[in-house]
Amino acid sequence: MSPRLLRLALPAATGAVMIAAWYGLHFWLDAEMRFLLPTPGQILAAFRDNGSDLARAALNTTEGALLGFGFAASVSFLLAVGLSLSAPVRASLYPYLMILQMTPVIIIAPILVLWVGAGLKSVTVITFLICFFPLVVNTTQGLVSTDRNLVELFAMWRASRWQQLRHLRVPAALPYFFTGLRIAATLAPIGALVGDYTAGSSAGDGGGLGFLAIIYSSQAKYPALFATAATTCVLGFIFTSGVLALSWFALHHWHDSYERSDQ
Amino acid sequence: MAPVVKIDQIHKIYDSGDVPVHAVRGVSLEIQQKEFVALMGASGSGKSTLMNMLGCLDRPTRGSYLLDGVDVSLLDKNELADIRNQKLGFVFQGFNLLARTTALENVELPCLYGKTRMSSKKMRERAMYCLDIVGLSNRADHMPNQLSGGQQQRVAIARALVNEPQLLLADEPTGNLDSRTSIEVMGVFQKLNEQGITIVMVTHELDVARYCKRYLILRDGIVVRDEPTQDRSIAEIELAKLKEAETAAKLLAAGSAAA
Repeated sequence: MSPRLLRLALPAATGAVMIAAWYGLHFWLDAEMRFLLPTPGQILAAFRDNGSDLARAALNTTEGALLGFGFAASVSFLLAVGLSLSAPVRASLYPYLMILQMTPVIIIAPILVLWVGAGLKSVTVITFLICFFPLVVNTTQGLVSTDRNLVELFAMWRASRWQQLRHLRVPAALPYFFTGLRIAATLAPIGALVGDYTAGSSAGDGGGLGFLAIIYSSQAKYPALFATAATTCVLGFIFTSGVLALSWFALHHWHDSYERSDQ
Repeated sequence: MAPVVKIDQIHKIYDSGDVPVHAVRGVSLEIQQKEFVALMGASGSGKSTLMNMLGCLDRPTRGSYLLDGVDVSLLDKNELADIRNQKLGFVFQGFNLLARTTALENVELPCLYGKTRMSSKKMRERAMYCLDIVGLSNRADHMPNQLSGGQQQRVAIARALVNEPQLLLADEPTGNLDSRTSIEVMGVFQKLNEQGITIVMVTHELDVARYCKRYLILRDGIVVRDEPTQDRSIAEIELAKLKEAETAAKLLAAGSAAA
């Protein structure tokens, strides 16, 4: 079998084994307990029955996730540039960034609802807070990890601080930035979901997947709850693939992490 | 013609530790135009310190240094940087190319900074001309990771040439290269030198130093030897010999396989 085919066949086989085990587990349970683990078939049926609700909720969650993710990416990049310029600035701000990261969203959420109201704004802010930290930390690390020899070379040429940043530090930090972006991409849909769960609003069909999860669990619609989880996974995959594509586009022609085939 | 380098009794004393380190202890030296000098010595001999002073990266504690007739020991930091950009080209052991940047753009880099900026068209022409000198004009749009070590070092040499320096300073330029590629790079230096470029090269390898025209040996901060190179190696001839030996080895291997 060709390696390419094997790469497709292996995960497919793993999936088949897992689904078989899933059905096995379902039917091994006592009949009255089987509702705890709906079968993949039942989950598919839930998708069919609740398709329009799930799709609308997924779109709402995507909106919050995209907004929060976008704000986090741009703000963190600018902040990282600021932080990279001086060690005293880094030292004075880092502890507070840590505090921001350590504060649980569950506690921030009700405060946010008071400040900006329940709904998209709160969801965006919560996604922002969750995505922000790995982006700042990675990008700052990248900006201060520039090859010393090259920094000295630029100093030798008398390049200005701005030229050094633009031609040397920022390009060299891009792989770090994309590492942060990848982590943030997996966090963004989860952040939006948690935001929706804790500070979402269903007014005007504005509810997202988190809101749907509350409703389905209160109605004991377990197959639909599993379908909601699967939808969130798909969202995460889409976000991650988007960032991977972006990262490939930005890095593949010069960075060693992408092997070149034309050599 | 005035010498490119004229240093008179220079000393360098580092005061950083408990005990001051007297790294260079009174070196006098004249390097004329079109010379090709190897600076040799064990680590700690003061050759890197001397090289840094020649490169205007560091100032002597005592003594005078005339670079192309200008007394650089009197200049302040900014003036030193300007002199560096105008009169000197540097080649390093580790190539120091920018990764995200094509060979041509890497060569252009030194033109982007400093006092006088040329037009981007002129810059491009100049960079292309320098790539052509090192035989890489057909690799202009390649990224460093698409080039071999020897090619990367040749790009770095082209970059050192782009500001038309009076003096090319190379610090262990073959230190990261295998022996064959080292000969190729030395061939590039020899060609440049024939075209009239003055070169000073730090090396600790005798094999490499033999490609230069004159060699200096430093020990404990003083020059203990300063002589023209006897039976100098010529890169072209050495490469031809290497090729011959390889062909012979292949024939031998083919012969033994047939038998």
